[in-house]
Amino acid sequence: MTKPEGSYASVDVHTAYDLEQALDFRAQYPEARVLAGGTDLMVEMDLGHIPQSVLNIWPIGELRGIRERPDGLWIGALTTHRELVESLLAEAWAPALIESCRTVGAVQIQNRGTLGGNIANASPAGDTLPVLLALDADVEVASAARGVRSVPMEYLYRGYRAMNIEPDELIIGVRLPEPHSADQTHYRKVGTRLAQAISKVVFGGRVRIVDGVVVESRVAFGSVAATPIRCRGVEEALLGRAVDPQVARLVADDIAPIDDIRSTSGYRGRVAENILRSWLTSLLPAQEEDV
Amino acid sequence: MTIGQGIRRADGHSKVTGATLYLDDIQQEHCLHGATVRSKVAHARILSVEKSPDFDWTDITLLTAKDIPGENLVYLMTRDQPALADEWIRHVEEPVALVAAPTRERALEAAKHVIVNIEEKDALLDMELAEHSDIRIFGEDNLFKKIEINRGDTESVAHGRIIEGTYTTGHHEQLYIEPQGMMAIPQEEGGLCIVGSMQCPYYIIKGISELLGAGFEDPDQLQIIQAATGGGFGGKEEYPSMLAAHCALLAVATGAPVKIVYRRDEDLRATTKRHPSRTRIRTRVDDDGRLLSVDVDMLVDGGAYNTLTPVVLSRGVLHATGPYRCENVRILGKAVATHSPPNGAFRGFGAPQAQWASERHMDRIARELGIDPVELRIRNLVEEGDRTATGQRLVSPGGKTVLQAALQAVSDLEDEVRPEHPGGGGVVARRAKGRGLSLVFHGCGFTGNGEARLKGKLAMSLENGKVCIYTGSTEIGQGTDTIFPQIAAEELGIELSLVHMAPHDTELVPDSGPTVASRTAMVVGGVCQKAAKALRTALQEELGLEAPFASLMAMRESKQMLRVEAQYVDDGSLQWDDQTYQGDAYPTYGWSCSIVDLSVDLDTGEVVYERFISATDVGKALNPVLASGQIEGGSLQALGWATSEEVVLNEQGGMENDRLTNYIIPTSLDAPEMHTILVEIPYDGGPFGAKGIGEIPMDGPAAAVAQAIEQATGVVLDDLPMTPERILVAMDERGVS
Amino acid sequence: MKIAFQLNGQACEHEVSGMTRLLDLLREECLATGAKEGCGEGECGACTVMIDDRAVCACLVPAIQVAGAEVTTVEGLASTEGLHAIQQAFIDHGAAQCGICTPGFLLMAASMCASSEPVEAGDVREALAGNLCRCTGYQKIVEAVVEVVVNDKA
Repeated sequence: MTKPEGSYASVDVHTAYDLEQALDFRAQYPEARVLAGGTDLMVEMDLGHIPQSVLNIWPIGELRGIRERPDGLWIGALTTHRELVESLLAEAWAPALIESCRTVGAVQIQNRGTLGGNIANASPAGDTLPVLLALDADVEVASAARGVRSVPMEYLYRGYRAMNIEPDELIIGVRLPEPHSADQTHYRKVGTRLAQAISKVVFGGRVRIVDGVVVESRVAFGSVAATPIRCRGVEEALLGRAVDPQVARLVADDIAPIDDIRSTSGYRGRVAENILRSWLTSLLPAQEEDV
Repeated sequence: MTIGQGIRRADGHSKVTGATLYLDDIQQEHCLHGATVRSKVAHARILSVEKSPDFDWTDITLLTAKDIPGENLVYLMTRDQPALADEWIRHVEEPVALVAAPTRERALEAAKHVIVNIEEKDALLDMELAEHSDIRIFGEDNLFKKIEINRGDTESVAHGRIIEGTYTTGHHEQLYIEPQGMMAIPQEEGGLCIVGSMQCPYYIIKGISELLGAGFEDPDQLQIIQAATGGGFGGKEEYPSMLAAHCALLAVATGAPVKIVYRRDEDLRATTKRHPSRTRIRTRVDDDGRLLSVDVDMLVDGGAYNTLTPVVLSRGVLHATGPYRCENVRILGKAVATHSPPNGAFRGFGAPQAQWASERHMDRIARELGIDPVELRIRNLVEEGDRTATGQRLVSPGGKTVLQAALQAVSDLEDEVRPEHPGGGGVVARRAKGRGLSLVFHGCGFTGNGEARLKGKLAMSLENGKVCIYTGSTEIGQGTDTIFPQIAAEELGIELSLVHMAPHDTELVPDSGPTVASRTAMVVGGVCQKAAKALRTALQEELGLEAPFASLMAMRESKQMLRVEAQYVDDGSLQWDDQTYQGDAYPTYGWSCSIVDLSVDLDTGEVVYERFISATDVGKALNPVLASGQIEGGSLQALGWATSEEVVLNEQGGMENDRLTNYIIPTSLDAPEMHTILVEIPYDGGPFGAKGIGEIPMDGPAAAVAQAIEQATGVVLDDLPMTPERILVAMDERGVS
Repeated sequence: MKIAFQLNGQACEHEVSGMTRLLDLLREECLATGAKEGCGEGECGACTVMIDDRAVCACLVPAIQVAGAEVTTVEGLASTEGLHAIQQAFIDHGAAQCGICTPGFLLMAASMCASSEPVEAGDVREALAGNLCRCTGYQKIVEAVVEVVVNDKA
């Protein structure tokens, strides 16, 4: 029986078994949706958005793995959230990233959802994205025509669900710089419930404190703007002095939360400020801590 | 001895091996798939229904109201709800047309290509405006029902302090994990067999008996079989009749079996929900907080059609004072029509809404007088011989007993390290802890002369050394198919393994009344016990011997089936007047005390449940594992209703958050550890002392949560749900965070 | 396209078109109806199956991606020796009421048993959070899983 157009069965699926093949397909079929674990694409399809064609990259072994390289920790794009959670190496390098992976949906989603997919889905609410921003991650992309290039996470998103990536490019991995001993990182997700939740506000932060002074700061949020963002004003205000929790007030100038089906702009704005302040407070030396 | 034992459930093995067949698991040859075309607006006149030329309509059947062979009516209590909208659309998602196709995908696609031409009209969506609106939906004044209960004379009470409050609750979705589904199969001899997910097979026969016209004049032409049902909670009490109507119409039109299984989003948008409520309470109290007069004004929104709204209002007003004593009571209840999807049965059925208000009001009194909220409740709690607002004399009221049991449990657990719930934010999170308590009661069985009118039946047979039970009461997870054999085995003194249940098939089983209203164990279980006695007597008569059933059964040589039927008989001990709403509202009441420990995150307003304790008087726990399972499940539904389950409405009055991603029920991580104490104050009208327990778990937890939030943060919330957004705003207003 | 995989220990081969869901392949072609559709969006977990001992939502897996893999459904949990420990524990603890969510929970627990990752009692609720239940309040489910995955496995 012929399958009706616009049905699951009618989708044209091209499967790539290695990276070279994938990049050739990408060049040949730039409109084909990339399919990794399917946890985002299949939900889209359930909502009625059936693509004409799909590029299935799930079998590609080269895009899996977590390994130390001279330039940092490399995480293959097809590494699942669960593989990251189970990786002692990744935990040692980036505990905040691992924490974020633990909050992506639930275990069933983590077993299929990939880090590359979380990045490529480009949702403003992606759980790992603020952490990747806070860690100064680089996203590696490749094309058949031009080879591999690196896009710093802070320049990856140019607008709502839009990436600075060419149609013939594929995300192949993420590189994390080596953590500094004076770095403290934090992850916090405020979702619709404690698990299996979409974030209302999601936070990734990092400060490097040397001799009581903040010498590096990253304050990143998701779900409070069209893309995951770094709050430059807050980061600036933190630099060059002791940690000051009151700086959290400035977050309002950097974010643009909205009302939607899950929450309100007022709530998001307030919560962003509160969780940032509480984190900064926790960084204070013991005798100065707020009760 | 099986009564009081945590006997493993009869269908347990089947359920853990995947052998249990729910509707969509049943293989049916040559089955077509149906889909429903629904209104996108709340109120309109239908001008025409057409097929879009942009779709291939071969092998598709399209039906509208004009194609209905009989009466365009799905009957429950009133003759107001059509199977398909004819001239008028009265709510968003109202069914307008049906399609059948060889595959589900094609049926859903076809439904999207049906064009409904309408003339949109102004919609009445605000329940507060319904009664005096120019827009007429039902009767003269949009009132489905009005009930007044008067005791003493509230006007005459002029002393004491006045305490007033208004309490509201929003819609609440049953969220059975198995979406609604039904299949209608034309029978060779004529007639239809309808199989599906349901609580009340006999409701379907009554519901669609006039719908199908010629050849279906005799109700025996309809055979209804309950498939294994993946949760109901009231959501599959009356709605399945509408779904059965749709499948039946398509099956009759096509001559083929037709199955309709709702996608989750359609189920969320189109099926019934708990009635939203607004309750105003005005009380006069003395300096010790004792109730001198209680004045309640309760309003519920029934949506566009009657369904069972009058009965929801009835149960609501009958629980409006909570389990407290007062000589002067006035309760005015109204249920109104709006142009929204009809609301219907959901566990508790008006009592949770009423007792959300009455318990919050007790907290208001306590707060304004500076009295401890538990102490206040103790001062006002009904005692032996006290009368309710309808004048019913209470026998062995269990309020004090369950309160003491719950407090004792808290004390016993105090040494146990209170679990530090993960929550979010780890060590950085700022949390305030709170503890809250609530006390509720719940009438078991149908109101007043409901059972007397129903005369529920149950049959039992003996054949080849096995006893079989025939009942229209269904297994929906609560354990009917386990406890009825327990009752029979206990009464007859035989091995449990010799007793089984007949499938819930109207061709095999009598009408025991619906599986609702906390009546299955207590009322129908009682009829089951009666039938067992009758079977014993019949066997004794057959063999001309008086001896224990077990030995007679062993002696019996006949191959013939010995069958008896028993029926609920009103013993006249209950006096009820439906006109004045005075008398014995319920045969008996259950009682429950909930204590919840939680923390409120001061940065986010999130409520994290840490521990939940309940003490519930169940009369007699026929099966303690099943009983505690019911209480745990119902309690968590109530905790979800308290803080996360919000139905967000769109401009048409429909459910905007129609995905499980956005309608938030608790996961195992959100759920607290639960400690369930079963208290037994036997009811001599129930089998072995059993009372109904299905609904009471829903009545109390939300108010306990509100009290705990107040204790933790000082914020007072009187509207459900208490979402983090609302809590954070309230904390900011109070200067807490 | 024909794909070959193992279903509950048996080799099988099926024709799969496009992005047909694994859930539909299992329920309609393999007639393994134990995995249920509760939501179609990967929220409820009623469709949970194992692919190479990893719990996944079958409603979100394109069937073509199980080529060469071992798929386990509830029908494959029991062996000739009897029920899987988690199935027996669910019976013993009264962890199933209406039963519609039960196969999903069993597969999730079975994947925890199959994994070498240690599980502590305090981790169980989080591990099960991808399976929604509306009947039980989770209490007896958690007790059953703790017994098997934490205590028996330890």
